[in-house]
Amino acid sequence: MTPIELRRKTLFTLLGWAVALLLSFPLLWMVLTSFKSEAAAIARVPHLFFHPTLESFRVVQEQSNYLRFAWNSIVVSLGSTLLALLFAIPSAYTMAFSPTRRTRGTLLWMLSTKMMPSVGVLVPIYLIFRDTGLLDTRTGLLVVDAVGNLPIVIWMLYTFFKEVPREVLEAGRMDGAGPVREIYNLLLPLSLPGIVSTSLLATILAWNEAFWSLTLTAAKAAPLTAFIASFSSPQGLFYAKLSAASTMAIAPILVLGWVSQRQLVRGLTFGAVK
Amino acid sequence: MATIELRQIRKSFGESEILRGIDLTIRDQELTVFVGPSGCGKSTLLRLIAGLEDSTAGDLLLDGQRINHVNPARRGLALVFQTYALYPHMSVADNMSFNLKLAGVPKEERERKVAEAARILNLEALLQRKPKELSGGQRQRVAIGRAIVRNPKVFLFDEPLSNLDASLRVRMRVELTRLHRQLRATTIYVTHDQVEAMTMADRIVVLQAGSVEQIGTPMELYRQPKNIFVAGFIGSPRMNFLSATLQQNTSSGTMIAFPDGATLHVPLISKSAQAGEKVTLGLRPEHAYLAENSVLAAKVQTVEHLGPESYLHLLSRYGEAMTVRVNGETTTKVDADISVGFDPGSLHLFDKSGLAFESPSMLTTGTGVSN
Repeated sequence: MTPIELRRKTLFTLLGWAVALLLSFPLLWMVLTSFKSEAAAIARVPHLFFHPTLESFRVVQEQSNYLRFAWNSIVVSLGSTLLALLFAIPSAYTMAFSPTRRTRGTLLWMLSTKMMPSVGVLVPIYLIFRDTGLLDTRTGLLVVDAVGNLPIVIWMLYTFFKEVPREVLEAGRMDGAGPVREIYNLLLPLSLPGIVSTSLLATILAWNEAFWSLTLTAAKAAPLTAFIASFSSPQGLFYAKLSAASTMAIAPILVLGWVSQRQLVRGLTFGAVK
Repeated sequence: MATIELRQIRKSFGESEILRGIDLTIRDQELTVFVGPSGCGKSTLLRLIAGLEDSTAGDLLLDGQRINHVNPARRGLALVFQTYALYPHMSVADNMSFNLKLAGVPKEERERKVAEAARILNLEALLQRKPKELSGGQRQRVAIGRAIVRNPKVFLFDEPLSNLDASLRVRMRVELTRLHRQLRATTIYVTHDQVEAMTMADRIVVLQAGSVEQIGTPMELYRQPKNIFVAGFIGSPRMNFLSATLQQNTSSGTMIAFPDGATLHVPLISKSAQAGEKVTLGLRPEHAYLAENSVLAAKVQTVEHLGPESYLHLLSRYGEAMTVRVNGETTTKVDADISVGFDPGSLHLFDKSGLAFESPSMLTTGTGVSN
């Protein structure tokens, strides 16, 4: 390696680390703060070295039932992902293998719905939920999350399905496979890595979704995003407790993301690097 | 036992018409080859017969039954794809038995049929492997095995050898011909390679721009091409074409004149061609030879030695490129001035629209016996 190459490489490595640190700094700071005492947490000059305490976690757990919120989050994020896949797989299959002149437009239009702020449809959705008794139910939130993620899920599956050779499915058709068999026996096994990446992303998005969970749920169906929010306003700003609650809320999904980071990166950069 | 009949089959993709009214009968037990340049519609025609495409118009009949809207799997046809299209996540055995599994055939019978096909194709040792662990030729055989296991009425092959290297292609060609003799099933084989068409076919269908140019046995097409396209497409190296002018129609043939006024009597006639019309003279490289004082003088441009034979690439004195097959031991050098001889009976003549002139007595075949 020439000195210039070495310098280049070092520079890029440093730059990479700097960006990574910058991006994860708030998260790191939050985790650190969650182990501080309230006094240390609001100190004007931040303490880099401090006596770690689990006090905040204890209080948070005492004040609210973490497990109930976590269970709601799990049910809603996994359920919404399954529901989204249920609709997205046939849609993406149709668009990938029987495209028409309008397929491209349809895909773009679906994605464009994500550009509209959620609050734009708040009133109608709220009214529908009120009239159908879906307010503060896990089912309701699950449906809203699934519908919200549907464009991204369809779009991602579409790109993954496009990678499956059309002839393989045609061979299946010649062998007597109908659309359901074609999807189940051929398309799904062949695009499994893509489906896993897509599901992970959808799960993470649903887990982190705050707008609808704050507006559509209250006591019964509130997920972890609502759990964090409940620590922000009523008692003023108790940074340590808020941080502890946030840490508890993001811990499961963080672990999931960590375990599956390779899949996730592959899924997200798919199409860009091929 | 199966006969396929196509009646005025048309297919359009949007504005562009791919097939322009195809009438064709695929005879029982025959190996019919669809051949033509890329984009001529031969693969589309095959996919249409397979049921993977719908025709825009026309009727498709299998043993007299209209099957235009019958599900591909119910037509009883098996298609071998150019890319093999094996199921990558299944073993060879599973690839071959997938159809039977879907049809609800019991496990023992599936295994028996797979074993039998594997025996025919020499695949016994590979049954548990995945497609990615196989060579190109082995994958090809699995794809054929998948078709055999189904015991179809008709085998359809879509350029099955084009992904193989040259030597393997020759071997598979022989193997496929042998297989066809063994199974005696009606077979349609699509290729752009006229050598494959000539060597394998019982009957060839030459297609161009979505229309059938000619149907016939390989030797019929070789000896009596109906038009200039078929004449140029069938035979390798390609037929030589020389421009001339029709001077006079006689009862025994046609008198043509070359650009410098030299004339030649060709024993072929046309009902429509008129004196003064531009015509094209056709002469196959293998029907030409070196001669003294022929009407066709030329200069040697390159000499290709293939061993058993050599090809002389010439520039005729009328400025047209020609190829002549000569003895492998030829001593002819580049830049030599030579004269090309031929048997008049081996000549072909085409009118201005490219239609072939016919032999005055329909019995003569026009075979070249020169060289």
